[in-house]
Formats: sequence, C-alpha cells, structure tokens
Amino acid sequence: MIQVLGVLEQGLIYAILSLGVYITFKILDFPDMSVDATFPLGAAVTALMLSNGFPALLTLPVSMAAGALAGAVTGMIHVKFKVGALLSGIIVMTGLYSVNLHIAGRANVQLFSFDTLFKNPSAAALSPAAQPYLPVLLMLIMVVAVKFLLDYYLSTRSGFLLRATGTSPSLVTTLSQDCGKVKILGLSMANALVALSGSIMCQYQRYFDISMGTGTLVLAAASVIVGTQLLSGLRFLRATTAVVLGAILYKGCVALALSLGLSPFDLKLVTAVLLFLILIAGKKTDSFGRVKKGARHA
Amino acid sequence: MLELSNITKVYQGGTVNETCLFDNFSLSVPNGQFVCVVGSNGSGKTSLLNIICGSIPVDEGRILIEGENIVSMPEHRRHRFIGRVYQDPARGTCPSMTILENMSIADTKGKPFNLLPCVRQKKVEEYRALLAPLGLGLEDKMGVRVGNLSGGQRQALALLMSTMTPIDFLILDEHTAALDPKTADIIMQLTGKIVAEKHLTTLMVTHNLRYAVEYGDRLLMMHQGKAELDLAGEDKKHLRVEDLLEKFNAISVECGN
Repeated sequence: MIQVLGVLEQGLIYAILSLGVYITFKILDFPDMSVDATFPLGAAVTALMLSNGFPALLTLPVSMAAGALAGAVTGMIHVKFKVGALLSGIIVMTGLYSVNLHIAGRANVQLFSFDTLFKNPSAAALSPAAQPYLPVLLMLIMVVAVKFLLDYYLSTRSGFLLRATGTSPSLVTTLSQDCGKVKILGLSMANALVALSGSIMCQYQRYFDISMGTGTLVLAAASVIVGTQLLSGLRFLRATTAVVLGAILYKGCVALALSLGLSPFDLKLVTAVLLFLILIAGKKTDSFGRVKKGARHA
Repeated sequence: MLELSNITKVYQGGTVNETCLFDNFSLSVPNGQFVCVVGSNGSGKTSLLNIICGSIPVDEGRILIEGENIVSMPEHRRHRFIGRVYQDPARGTCPSMTILENMSIADTKGKPFNLLPCVRQKKVEEYRALLAPLGLGLEDKMGVRVGNLSGGQRQALALLMSTMTPIDFLILDEHTAALDPKTADIIMQLTGKIVAEKHLTTLMVTHNLRYAVEYGDRLLMMHQGKAELDLAGEDKKHLRVEDLLEKFNAISVECGN
C-alpha cells in the first residue's frame, strides 16, 4: 500500500511537470531542454525560501515566477536571436545550473527541520489515520487545479493562438499576431509549471539536489507520449487528462521495473530506450489528428 | 490605393550569385481593383506578394497604403488589413483544430487575443450559413478536425477564414494550384464572389491563364522583375487565352526556356 501511495505521489508531481512539457513539446512542437534546469530551479528557490522561514505556500508562486522568467529567456533567445529550439534550451539549461547553485547556496540542501506543504503544524494536527494520505490528497488537488486551468486556457482566444502557433504559424501571422510572442508566452507558462513541479518535489523529498533535473525533459516527454498515444484510443479523454494518467502510469512502470530487480544504475538507460520504443510505436497514430511528417501525402 | 514605389530587391547580395530581381519596380493598384498576376517561374510574382505582405524585406523603395509608407511595418502587423491565402491549404488553416475552432479563431482577428472563450456557440449558425453556399457539406462537419478534410475543402475554408473579418486587401498566392481542376473552379468562383461582395483590392498570382483572363479587371504579366504586360479596362476584357499564351511563349522563348 505504501508503495502504491509512493508511486501515486511521485506520479502526481511528475504530472504537473508533464503538463508543462505538454505545452512546449506537443502544442508548440518545441523540444525545450531548459526544463532540465527549471525543474531544479523551482526546487532551489523553494529550498532557499523554506530555510529562510518563508511559508511553504508562498514558495509555489515564487517558483512559478522564476520558471516563467527562465522560459521567457529561452523564448527570447530563440525568437529574437533566431537560435534553434534545442540550442536555446541548452544555453538556458547550462546557465541556470550556476544560477541554481547560487540560489540554493550549495549542491545539496536538506530541509528536514523546516515546515513544508506536507509537514507542518496543521498537518500534524490531523488524525494519525489520515496523515499518510495528506500528501497524495494535496497533490491531487494541485494537479486537478492545474489541469482544469490549462484546459480552460486552451479554450480561450489566447489558448487557440498557442495551439495554432505549433502547427500553422502562417495562419497566426495572417491573423495579425506575432508568432514569436506566442512562443515566448508558451515557454513561460510551460516552465512555470515545471518549476512548480520542482518546488513540490523539493518539499516532498525534503531536500534539494543540483542534479535532480537531469533527464527531466526525457522523463516528461515519455509521460506525455505514453499519455497521448497509448491512451489515444479512449476518445472521451482530454489530452491533458491523458498526460496526467501517462505520468502516473510511467512512474508505475518504473517502480515495477525496480521492484522486479532492475538496478537503479540502469534507470536512465531504460528510460531512454523506453522513450525510443514508444516514439516508434506511436509513429502511425497521432493523438492530435496531426498528419505525420512522413505520411503527409499518404 | 496600394503603391509600390521604386522597389529594389537583390537576392544573395554581395556574393557571386547575386541576382537582382526588382530594379526600380513601381506599381500602383487603385482601391477595389482585382489584379491577376501571371508569369513564368522566377519572374517575381510570388516575391511581389511577399514584399507587399512583408514576408521578405526590400533593399530600397517604398510601399504605400493610402499614402502611408509601411515598408518597415512587420509582417504580422500588415495583416491587420491584409488577408492572404497560400498555395498550400495547410498554411491557411490549423489541422489539429475543428472547423468550428478554425472559424472561431479567424473571427477573432482584429480583436484582442485575451482570456475570453474563443468559440461562441451563438456564432455557430452564422458560420454554418457561410459554409453552406460552398456546397461542400462543410456546414455539417463543424466538429471535424480540419486535418481530416481534403485539400479543396481546406482551401475553401482558408479562403472564407481570410475574408471573414474586415480587410482591405486580399492576397492570393497560387491558391488553386494544389487543387484538382474541378475543385479549383469551385474555389475560383468563390473567390470572384467574395471579392465582388466585399469590394476587396485583390492581387492574385496564378499559373492558370484561363483564370487570369476570366477573372479580375487588370492583368500583369511579370518577366524578370518587370511587368511585361499590363492590361486593364477594355483591353483586359477583350483579352483571349490564346493571345495571352502567345505572349507568354514569346517571352519564354526569349529567355531560352
């Protein structure tokens, strides 16, 4: 039971991360490497704030703002200076590594003696039977809130523009709107969610580690693809719901593999191979109804 | 009035491959005129449209709209008063969105792209009424993703979308070239109807000489960055496809094609 709970908790944290990456990776068709550093950025900001006695709730919006800023920088480098998508992200990712170290003060920060979202006096006042379920409940509330806010946003005029920018930039131009601005906005929102996820992860595991962001994009992209492609048969599912389920499913698979004797050394290798396999398996169907590049004239 | 004044455009300037496309090119199009532009590949037809829309910069010259120079206005800003349909139907519509969603986003042009819901249910009937006269059955497919439509259906939708909101200029870039002859005819009839109804100043690039003769009230034949032929009024009305073809061939032979 505890293990299932653990998978759910981590899956839900990664769900927020995956919803962020869904915006760039799926909607904007932008492989944003900067998430590998904005995830620990959220965590670093949180570590700094918690260890200085700020309330845990305040760390969430501040982390998001920091992530949004970093995402905007990636966008500016790409849009204003015409650097490729991957390189723009890598530039920001590399630079943020130092920034994260400066914010957190050192490569590892332990937060066991500070109050967090999940461990604080009011949480301790709950009945002992309810205690174990508090983190998963709080996370569920946050994930559902983020999902519905994102769903609403994607149905607004601004959200429509974001969706059109990924597939038909020329349409956006003829609508007299600047594709570049839309991309910067999308990258900001995505990285705000990624940093939020990093903040929650930091409070959940109660420490910050500079290397906690390694492989974030691959992990999130895997969740997005597992969600949108494996669950695309379920037509009643919204893409955002599928992404949330994909993250939990993905985390479950990893936990299962580890419990079946997979060495943690091999985890990243298995993740990479898994992502590769899912990408190939999903080549024919695209949950967006988007015609695949190779099959455009088929 | 749209005026191009002394436009100069050089491709790959400063290299051995330098090619001068436009050298002091000027053109003025009065309001409400429908101009058909024909010419061989590389004659500068599409570059002309791209220069007007701001997709490519000019080296020298001015682009005036009602006397105001827009040469430094970015591409997307110019589209506030320009509607454009591309050769590729995929460029004027969004494949991952439904017909209703596509029409809703097109209808938002000129309004702020803010946090209000984009699709308004009370507009659905209005959109259906726009689609029904096409005779393509699109009015019953409002919930279908545009990526699942045929090229002709998408181009008809793109044409409707580009002219839904008030614009002054319509730029058509070989917009029937990717379609089969029958669908191309439908799209051209629709084009003629919309241009007449909305009194749009129109520039249409086409490789179809029949359309160039049948439609519009002025014809330009471009060759090496110059308008070799510029017919309007009665001259344009009495033009026959054979005359145009003859002239076209004469120019091409000169060029060694």
